[in-house]
Amino acid sequence: MQEAIRETLNARRLLCPLPVIRTQDKVKQLNTGDQLEIICTDPGVMHDIPAWCRINGHKVLETNTGNHEYIIIIEVGAK
Amino acid sequence: MSKQRKAVALISGGLDSMLAAKIVMEQGVHVEGINFFTGFCVEGHTHAIRAQDNAKPNRNNALWVAEQLGIKLHIVDVIQEYKKVLINPKHGYGTHMNPCLDCKIFMVNKAKQWIVENDFDFIITGEVIGQRPMSQTKSKMPIVAKQSGADDLLLRPMCAKNLPATKPELEGWVDREKLHDITGRSRKPQIEMAKQFGIDDYSQPAGGCCFLTDKYYSAKLVDLWKAQGDKDYELDDIMLLKVGRHIRPKPNFKLIVAREEGEGRFLQGYKKEFISMHCSSHPGPLTLIDGEMSAEDLYFAARVVARYAQGRDEDQVDITITQKDGSERTIQVKPFSKAEVLNEWHV
Ligand code: SF4
Repeated sequence: MQEAIRETLNARRLLCPLPVIRTQDKVKQLNTGDQLEIICTDPGVMHDIPAWCRINGHKVLETNTGNHEYIIIIEVGAK
Repeated sequence: MSKQRKAVALISGGLDSMLAAKIVMEQGVHVEGINFFTGFCVEGHTHAIRAQDNAKPNRNNALWVAEQLGIKLHIVDVIQEYKKVLINPKHGYGTHMNPCLDCKIFMVNKAKQWIVENDFDFIITGEVIGQRPMSQTKSKMPIVAKQSGADDLLLRPMCAKNLPATKPELEGWVDREKLHDITGRSRKPQIEMAKQFGIDDYSQPAGGCCFLTDKYYSAKLVDLWKAQGDKDYELDDIMLLKVGRHIRPKPNFKLIVAREEGEGRFLQGYKKEFISMHCSSHPGPLTLIDGEMSAEDLYFAARVVARYAQGRDEDQVDITITQKDGSERTIQVKPFSKAEVLNEWHV
């Protein structure tokens, strides 16, 4: 089995739905079980990225807020 | 057993496209949603920028609709491709800068490409005959189907019975009898249908699905094009049109004045691309300066900026000018009076 990887996506300054689109495109390149950390500045992502994950079967592992940044860590679900 | 058919539904986040998808899902078709991000979409954005709007649920309605329907949603970035639609629409603009007919043709065409690439069978839209003056008249419906290249693979479940049968109907993938014949601007049939489906929370944007139907937004876009001498734009340009007060005292420059804290924070992100100003002797909003300007213009602009600071009634205030490289200098100016900031400067 392939080792799960963890990648980071810089989505700072992008407004929704662009962080979601970038996440979607990045996830396409990842495998089930891989993790993606998405760093954003639009608070809308706290709503939109989890919603996108629920629809598409990915898991939100962690969300952090601070210093006007919003960080979401997701695990890629079954493809 | 017959093959399960697959359809992609254009999901705007509004009620009509939600119902259209639902009608087809009820017939056992596998439906997934597609949503095109042109850069002008009402979804997201300004409510994320403006701190004062944070109390409202700032959900993305297209995602929300997909979740309610239990379908996947593919959001496609069409910002670059959309330029040719907006800059030179074959069928012209609507009431404002909205090229609705060309826009529909473009989106259905993109959906057509998508179904070919993803092995889906047909396309669903929530269009209703007579609903919108420009793109949804009965005579325009065949234009969208034909010029998009979708032809008879484009099904409009909300008004299909008033249109010639499409392939999904002729092939029996969907039962035409269970489709609808809604026409006109009344929202009653849709609201009734939503009730029957048990859908009680939905968004109904009044103007349309994008900022281009907004009078004030359109005026700012036209002003931008006029000032730069061509109709081009970048994503940052069209984002900034959504933020702040836009004031153009002279043809060669305009000021973008933050209206509140959230906008100020957003504009901070552009300090490397624009000269910016703020009042340093009194509280006041961050202002970006867009355009080439002389020293005299800069002084003039500083007096406008001073007008929006708390020291507007003083004889003199300090305005700090920050260059794109971060270097700063401060000048003293007399704020313009209310009457001196002319109404026609407001874009
Ligand atoms: S309102 Fe905007 S997004 Fe909707 S059809 Fe017209 S131009 Fe396109």
